[in-house]
Amino acid sequence: MAFYFVQFLTGLASAASLFLVASGLSIIFGVTRIVNFAHGAFYMLGAYVAFTLTERFSGAVGFWGGIVLASLIVAVVGVIVEMVLLRRIYHAPELFQLLATFGLTLMVQDIVVLIWGPDDLLGRRAPGFKGAVDFFGQNIPSYDLFLIGLSPVVLGILWLLFQRTRWGVLVRAATQDRDMVAALGVNQKWLFTSVFALGVFLAALGGALQIPRDAVHHALDLRIIVDVFVVVVIGGLGSIIGAFVAAVLVSELNAFGILIFPKISIILVFLVMAVVLIVRPWGLFGKPEAAARRTPGLTVNPWRPLTSNERWLAISALAVAAMLPLLAGNYALTVGSEIAIFVIFAASLHFLMSVGGLASFGHAAYFGLGAYGVAFLAKAAGLPMIVSLLMGPLLGLLGAAIFGFFAVQLTGVYFAMLTLAFAQIVWSIAFQWVTVTGGDNGILGVWPEKWAAGPASFYWLSLGIAAIAVALLRVIVFSPFGFALRATRDSLLRSEAIGINGKRVQWTAFVIAGTVAGFAGALFAYLKGSVFPDSLGISLSVDALVMVLLGGVETVSGAVVGAIVFKALNIWLVSQTDLSKLVLGGFVVLIVVAFPKGIVGVLETIRNRRRSSSSKSSSPDSSLATSRIETAE
Amino acid sequence: MRRSYLLGAGLAIAVAGMATSAMAQEIKIGEINSYSLLPAFTEPYRKGWQLAVEEINAGGGINGKKLVVISKDDGGKPADAQTAANELVSSENVAMLTGTFLSNIGLAVSDFANQKKVFFLAAEPLTDAITWAKGNRYTFRLRPSNYMQAAMLVEEAAKLPAKRWATIAPNYEYGQSAVSVFKKLMSEKRPDIVWVDEQWPPQGKIDAGPVVQAVAAANPEAILNVTFGADLVKLVREGNTRGLFKGRSVASFLTGEPEYLDPLKDETPEGWIVTGYPWYDIKTPDHDKFLKAYQAKFNDYPRLGSIVGYQTIKAAAAILTKANSTDPEKLIAAAEGLSMPSPFGEITFRKNDHQSTLGAYVGKTALKDGKGVMVDSVYRKGSDYLPSDAEIEKLRPKD
Repeated sequence: MAFYFVQFLTGLASAASLFLVASGLSIIFGVTRIVNFAHGAFYMLGAYVAFTLTERFSGAVGFWGGIVLASLIVAVVGVIVEMVLLRRIYHAPELFQLLATFGLTLMVQDIVVLIWGPDDLLGRRAPGFKGAVDFFGQNIPSYDLFLIGLSPVVLGILWLLFQRTRWGVLVRAATQDRDMVAALGVNQKWLFTSVFALGVFLAALGGALQIPRDAVHHALDLRIIVDVFVVVVIGGLGSIIGAFVAAVLVSELNAFGILIFPKISIILVFLVMAVVLIVRPWGLFGKPEAAARRTPGLTVNPWRPLTSNERWLAISALAVAAMLPLLAGNYALTVGSEIAIFVIFAASLHFLMSVGGLASFGHAAYFGLGAYGVAFLAKAAGLPMIVSLLMGPLLGLLGAAIFGFFAVQLTGVYFAMLTLAFAQIVWSIAFQWVTVTGGDNGILGVWPEKWAAGPASFYWLSLGIAAIAVALLRVIVFSPFGFALRATRDSLLRSEAIGINGKRVQWTAFVIAGTVAGFAGALFAYLKGSVFPDSLGISLSVDALVMVLLGGVETVSGAVVGAIVFKALNIWLVSQTDLSKLVLGGFVVLIVVAFPKGIVGVLETIRNRRRSSSSKSSSPDSSLATSRIETAE
Repeated sequence: MRRSYLLGAGLAIAVAGMATSAMAQEIKIGEINSYSLLPAFTEPYRKGWQLAVEEINAGGGINGKKLVVISKDDGGKPADAQTAANELVSSENVAMLTGTFLSNIGLAVSDFANQKKVFFLAAEPLTDAITWAKGNRYTFRLRPSNYMQAAMLVEEAAKLPAKRWATIAPNYEYGQSAVSVFKKLMSEKRPDIVWVDEQWPPQGKIDAGPVVQAVAAANPEAILNVTFGADLVKLVREGNTRGLFKGRSVASFLTGEPEYLDPLKDETPEGWIVTGYPWYDIKTPDHDKFLKAYQAKFNDYPRLGSIVGYQTIKAAAAILTKANSTDPEKLIAAAEGLSMPSPFGEITFRKNDHQSTLGAYVGKTALKDGKGVMVDSVYRKGSDYLPSDAEIEKLRPKD
C-alpha cells in the first residue's frame, strides 16, 4: 500500500514540473493565440541560466535567489523577443507566429552549446531538500514534496492574479474575445507583452527548478515542448486549472502505467490526448471556440487559375528544371530529387491547410505510411517497383481515411493536435513493432530498379510525379469540390446553409492530402533506399508546416516555393556548417520579419500594388490594365 | 520561377565539385557524424580524428599523398546522413566513408555503401546488426559491439551472488538488444537467475522517479542499466535519493566512459560494474603517446570518443596505405585481417565479420575528490568476446 501511495506522490512531482511549464504556455496561447514553439527553448534557457547562477552563488540564498533571478532574466529575454519579433507579426496569417518561434528554437539549440559547451551539466541539489523522507520503508525525495507543494501555490497565485486584479480581468476578457477587448480601447500591445513575459517566466522557472534532479543539456527543449502542448490541449486551451488537472492525469497514468506496461511511456501522452479529444473536442476544461469574426474569405484576393501566359511560364520552368541532368552532377540530381519529393509533400499539406483551412501537425504520418507501404510491398512481398510505387501510398490513404474521420470533427488547434496524436501513435507503432517494421533500425535495401536507379532517371521520375501532383491539386482547387472546400474553410455555417456537407468535404480533402503525401513518402523510400520511423516523426511534420508557412499560407503555390527554398537551404547549410540550426533559424526569423505573408505572399502583394498603379497610369486598352485584383500564385 | 532556385543550387554545387576534385595529390576520406545532435560525444571524437590526420600527414601521408578528411553533420537523421554520404561520394569523390554514432544512421550509411559499392568504416554505432544480421562486404566497424560489451559485463556480473535481476534500458534498438544479449549470456552462465522486472523509459525522456520506484518495488538483488547521458544523470540522482542502489549490485553499459561518468560528479554511485575508458589509469606506451599528444594539442583530457575518432582515421589510413589504391575491392582486401597498433594495443579487423578487435576497459565506479572514476580496470581484448566462426557464419548473410 505504501508503495502505491509513494508512486502516486512521485507522479504528482512529475506533474508539478509539467504544470509549471504548461501553465505558461496555456496563458500565452489563450491570450495571444500564438503557438509558442519556443516555449521549450525558454524552459531550457531557464535551466542553463539557473545552472550558471547557482554555481556562482552558493548557499541557500544563492540557490533560491539564482532560480528566481534566472527566471526573471529569461522573462526579460522573452519580452525582448515579443517586442522585437512577435509584435510585427500578430496580424500575419494564423500560425505564422509558429514559424518565428520555430526559428528561435533552432537558434537557441546552437546558442546554448556555444555558450555552455557540449557536455551535460549537473546542477546543485537544492539546499534543505537534498535527502528523502521515509514513508513506511519507502523513500520520497524531499525535493519532490517541495515541488508537489509548489504547484498548487503557483496555481493559487495565478488564480488570484486572474480573478482578483484588473490585469487578470483584461487577460480573461482577451482570452474570450480578443477583438472585443481591442474595440473597447484596451492597449493590446502591453497586455500581450505582459502575458508573454509571465508565460516565459513560468517556463524558465519550470526549467530552473529541474536542475536539482536533471542534467542540463541542449536537447531539453524538444524533450518537453511536445508533452507540454499535449497537456495544455488535454486541459483545454487557456484553462490553467485544465492544465493542472491534465498534468496530474498524464503523470499519474505514466507512473502507474509503467508498472503494467513498461514500454507505455513513449506513447502515453498521445494516447490520452487522442481519447480526450475524441470524447471532448475542446479538452477537459476548454470551451468551444467562438466563431471567428473575420470576413468570409481568408484572403482579400480570391484565387484564380493561371492565365495561359502563366501556364506557359510554369511549363517552361518545368522544362528548364527537366534539363538539370545535362548540367549537374549526381549529387545535385539527388538533391533535386529530394527537393521535388518535398514539393509534393508540402503541396499536399498546403492543400489541407490553405485550401481546407485545416492545419495538420501530424502530416508526416501519411508521408511515412507511404514510405512503409513501399517498403512492405517491395521487401516483404517482392513486388516490382512500379507496382509498389503505385500501391504503397494506399497505406497513406488508409491512414488518412481512418484518422481523418476523427480529426475533421474538430477545428483549429484541437484538430492540429489530434493529427499530431495520430501521427505519434503511428510513429510509435513503427518504432515498437520491431518484427514487422524493424523498429528504429528501419527497413533497409529498398533501392529502385535499374531503370530508375540512375540519379538522372530518378530525378526525372520525381520531377514528373511532383509536376503531376502539383497540377492535380491545382485542378482540384478550382474544381467544384475545391470551391466547396474553400467555402467550408471560410464559413462553415454559411456553406452548410447552402447544402454543403462540410465534414464530408473536409474528410475527402484530408484523404486526398494524405494520399498525395503518401506518394511523396513512397518516392522518398526509393530515394534513400531505406525507411526509418523518422519519416513519421514530429520534426518532419514541423518541416512541412514551415515550408507551407514560408511560401505563404494564403497563396495557391506558396508551398512549392517554400519547399524548394527551405529544403535547398537546409541541405546546403547542413553540408556547409555545424551551426546549421543557428543559421537556418536566423534565416527563418528574418523571413518572418521581411515577408510576413510568406515569400510568395509578399511577392504577390508587391505585384498587385504595381499592377494597380500601372492600371491607373496606362491606357485603358493595355493588356495589363485589367481591373482584376486576383492573384495567380 | 520556382525551378530557377533548383537550377541555381545545382550549378553552385557543380562548380564547387569541380574546384575540389582538381587536386590529385590528396586522398580524401568522407566522415559523417551527429555533430549537432550529440556534441558531448562528437566534439572529443572530432578532436581525436583531427589529431590522427595531423600525425599521419606529419609522417608522410598515405604513400606520399596528403590525407584530407571532409566532415559532414547528419543532424541525427538517417536520411540526412545519406544525403551527406551521397555528397561525399558523388561530389567530393572520397576514397571511403567513415564515422556515424547512432545505430540506425550507421545502418543507413552501411546500406548506402553496399548499394553504391563504397568502402565504409563505421566508427561508433554499437548495433550487432551492422556486422552480423545486416552486415555487408563494404562495411567494417571499429568500436566493440553491443554483444562484446555485454559479454565483458556478463563475465563480471556472473560472479556476483545476486539471483534476482532487474533491467533499465532506453526503449530503442540499442537498449533492447543490449538487454536481450545480456540476459541471454547471463542466463547461459547462471541458469539460476530470475529476471524480476524490466523498465523501458523512452530515450532522452526518462521520468526517473516512477521508474526507480517501480524497480525498487520488484526488489531485485542486482540491476542492469543501459541508460546513458542525461537519462543516466536523472536515474542516478533519483536512485541515490531513494536509496535504490543501496545494497544492490549494478552492471552498467558504457557508464565508465568519461562522456557519461564525468557529468555525474559527486553523485557517482560506487561499485557499479561498468565498461568504459579510464584514461587516467592506463599505463601503456601506446596510450601514453596518444595521451601526451592529445593533451598537448587540445589542452584537454581525452574521452572515449577521442579514442574512437583517432583510431578510426588511423585505421582508415592503414587500410589505404596497404591497399595503395582507392578501389573499394582492393580496400576490402587490404582491410580484411589487417592488424595495426592502437592506443589500446594491437587490433585486427576480422575477415569473417569485419569487426575490429578493439576492446574496452571493465572496472568499477568509485568516487575520488568529488568526481567519478573507474577503479580496478582491466583491458578486455575484443577478440576474446566474439562468437566462434561457425556462429558468425550463421549470423551473417552471404555476400
